[in-house]
Amino acid sequence: MAQVSKPKGSPSIDMTPMVDLAFLLVTFFMLSANFRSDEIVQVDTPSSISERLIPEKTIMVTVDKGGRVFFGMSEKEDVKTKVLGYMMDKYKFKLTQKQVETFGTLTDFGCAVNELPAYLDLPSEGRQEFVAKGKTLGIPTDSTNNQLKDWIFYGNIAALASGEEKYFDAKAKGLVVEVNDYKPKFVLKADGKSVYLHAKKVVDIFRDLNLNNLNFITSMEADPRN
Amino acid sequence: MAQIQDDGGAPKKGGKKRAKRAMPHIDMTPMVDLAFLLLTFFVMTSTFSKAKVMSLVYPAKPDPKEIIDPKKAEINNAVTFLLSENRIFYYEGAFYPQNNAKGKPATQLLEADFGAGKTGVRSLLGKLNRFVLQKKQGYDEKLKTKQIADTTWARLMREAKSDNEALKVLIKTDELATCKNFIDLVDELTIASIGVIAPVDLMASEQELIKAKIK
Repeated sequence: MAQVSKPKGSPSIDMTPMVDLAFLLVTFFMLSANFRSDEIVQVDTPSSISERLIPEKTIMVTVDKGGRVFFGMSEKEDVKTKVLGYMMDKYKFKLTQKQVETFGTLTDFGCAVNELPAYLDLPSEGRQEFVAKGKTLGIPTDSTNNQLKDWIFYGNIAALASGEEKYFDAKAKGLVVEVNDYKPKFVLKADGKSVYLHAKKVVDIFRDLNLNNLNFITSMEADPRN
Repeated sequence: MAQIQDDGGAPKKGGKKRAKRAMPHIDMTPMVDLAFLLLTFFVMTSTFSKAKVMSLVYPAKPDPKEIIDPKKAEINNAVTFLLSENRIFYYEGAFYPQNNAKGKPATQLLEADFGAGKTGVRSLLGKLNRFVLQKKQGYDEKLKTKQIADTTWARLMREAKSDNEALKVLIKTDELATCKNFIDLVDELTIASIGVIAPVDLMASEQELIKAKIK
């Protein structure tokens, strides 16, 4: 009887195509990735048919399920620390150099100014836990202690100033520029399950500052008209 | 002609036979491991779609010193939506409380839903905003057959939406309505090409009506 000869040793597979493919995919994902920013709370936004992309330059207020309010800016660190400086002047509190630097790295945050030093001393996961466990009530929006209004107000000033600088820089380079692209846009990210009254409170604060054009962050949904 | 001549693949005779040299073998496993590790990392951390936003222009807060002309404030072609938790009520025109001075019958709330059926907001708005939607249909047709440019289309739509005949919508929410309800309603208004959307405060008398309806 003919015997099937067993191959000796491990069969060698040519892995080159696989490696090619793997590196191709790696390159693709590396170039196309924009990283998920380190947000302090996870918010489940409602869906809408809107196809408008979120603007580049934003001042974002997040409202979570329980109605707590968080503030964030899509700006460089120096702009954020400038806003913090304005707030330190207004609310008369002091932070160490390290705390100020930490503040600059945050995507968004949510606590009262008196909680800020302790909040900034925490590590990144610690901050998320701090918020998740309900140790803070978010940024106060009360009419007697409306800190959110000041954050938005000073944030707007700092963002406008940095936008102006960039605008003239771009203009000096001879680029075709649109003034509007350099102005901050106001974005409201509200949890779908949150009561609208919470979002309305934030909307009213924006309107008090005469910022009437707001953008609600939504996830995509098919347009029934198409 | 530039051609490479070859002898039709006939076996060469007398050619030197070269010893077949084996390709040097490189163990690629660690490289593949690394490649897939990176791949997994980028797949997990990247977010593809940028978030979408729904833009909404709120009316500017009125100056308290300004005296509002009651004639100007009167809206002739409006519908008011009252939102509660996952429920939606509406009435057309102005609000008349019980036993009002003008002697008009008191406003009754009607209910609609978010579905696409007969009682849905969509079909309701389709009826109420017929003026704009019919115009839109005509413009769409013209745009399709290239009779008008898309900039003209946008201008005509803007004109139609801000026409006096076009429907104006007021949105009021009670303390139970969620953000999702609100966004869903604004979405429906966008679908129905409503030009004027005004989110305003709920009146106490309207609150009473909603309470009575929910019970």
